[in-house]
Order: sequence, then structure tokens, then C-alpha cells
Amino acid sequence: MIELYLFLIFMLIAAIIAIEIQDLLAAIISLGAVGFSVAIMFIFVHAPDLAIVQIVVEVLTVVIFVAVVLRTTHVDETIGKKLSGTQILSIVFYAFFVILFLTVMIRSLQELPAFGNATMKVAKEYIKLGLPQTGGANIVADVILDFRALDTLGEATVLFTSVIGVAALMRKVGRK
Amino acid sequence: MIVFVSCIILFLIGLYAIVTKRNLIKIAIGFAFIEYAVNLLFALIGFKRGALAPIITQIDKPHNFVDPIPQALVLTAIVIALGTTALMLTVILRIYNRYKTFDIAEIRKLKG
Repeated sequence: MIELYLFLIFMLIAAIIAIEIQDLLAAIISLGAVGFSVAIMFIFVHAPDLAIVQIVVEVLTVVIFVAVVLRTTHVDETIGKKLSGTQILSIVFYAFFVILFLTVMIRSLQELPAFGNATMKVAKEYIKLGLPQTGGANIVADVILDFRALDTLGEATVLFTSVIGVAALMRKVGRK
Repeated sequence: MIVFVSCIILFLIGLYAIVTKRNLIKIAIGFAFIEYAVNLLFALIGFKRGALAPIITQIDKPHNFVDPIPQALVLTAIVIALGTTALMLTVILRIYNRYKTFDIAEIRKLKG
């Protein structure tokens, strides 16, 4: 699993570059690097459906970001300025939160099964009943389209709502 | 354990961008990082060594699959993340057209 660790390191470096670089277009390219390395890691953990969806969504995300930046400005003027009082206060609060979060998180990570040993208590039933009850060979598709179809309906509703929001905000007619 | 911790580090990098950055595009990038971190953590928890992707190819043999439940949950979350990102960027574009800046401190100063 050495390639998984290499991609995790690459992902973290690209994330730090995306946060700290001055050129916003370069930051968006680094965001794309993080998203595509996440997609490749989905393939390493045997999740082909997730990898396909992540690649499509990542392409769309980068295109939307680039469209916004090309219509506005691609220089981040706030980098290199002196830190304001509010910013120093928020960094202090962030440091407090990180300490609190890590103390809670380390405990809950110890409760989790170790990497590579999933317990699969619930999944056993879905794997056993997936093919006979729904007739689909792909268990993930069985779960999202048959056993949990109402969740997928909710997802479609959220997507539709956000499309309505984008259309309402971008409209030209009726705007003064 | 190390793979889970690096997901949490990505989450904290995204949170750092949201809390301390003053540029709106950087804040949107921070939200995207948090979404990736949570999705990747779920997929990594469901991984099983020596198992196959959860697609049935042979009926008579016993199945040895990775956990399909986190994958089904994350599949929904990825698509919803796209919707929220698109809506957030549209609002950011509207803010820029009105105030001609991405700096949230400047936007706070300009009234009306």
C-alpha cells in the first residue's frame, strides 16, 4: 500500500500550496490536484463507483472555480499583508480548537477498526440480500438505488435546489 | 491509523483556510478540502485487505468484498458537495460584482 501513502503526502502538499499561494488560478489547479489524488485513492481502496463520480465532480468543480476567477481577478491581494487584529484572534481560536479536536479525535480513532480490517456488521446483510432482492450485481448501486432510494431522492432534491439557487442568482431579466 | 490521521490533517487545513483567510475564493477552497477529507475518511474506513470491489461476478463462490455501505453514503455526499460549491461560488461572484473585491475585511467596511 506504499502508493496510497505517496498519494496522501502529495495530497497534503498540494492542499497547503492551494491555501498559501498568491495566484488564485494556481490555487485552483492545486485544488484539482487534491481532488484527482482523492479519486485515485478511491481506486486503491476498491471503490470504482466513487472514483468515477469523483472525477466527474472534480472536473465540474475546477471548471466552475476557473469560470468565477476569469470573470473577476486572479490575484489574492490579502496574501503578504500584515495580519489584522481579527485575524490574529481567529488564529488563536483555531489553535485552541485544534487542541480540543485532536484530543477528542485520537480517542475516537482508537475506537475505530484498524486500517484494512473493516468490521462489516451491516454490510453482510446487504451483500447477502443484494442480488436476490434487487437483481443488481453492483452492491453500491443496489444500496443507493433500491434499499436507500429515498436518500437518493433527497440528494436529487438538494441538487435541484442548488441549481434553482444558481439560476436565481445569475439571472439577467428582472434585475435592476 | 496514519491514513486516518492524514485525512484529519486535510480537514484541519481546510478549516484553517475557512477561519483565517480573508479571500473568499480561498474560503471556498477550504470548504472543498473539508468535503474531500470526510469522503476519503469514510472510504478508507470501509477498506479491507485482500478484498475486492463490491460487484458480484460469480454467484457460487463466497463473497469477499470491501464494505459497500460507506461507499454508498459517500456517493451521495460527493454530488451534494458539488451543489453547495456551485451555489457558494455564485454568491461569491455576486459579491465581487457589487464590491469589486474578494477581501472580506474590505467588504465589511463598505456599507450598503
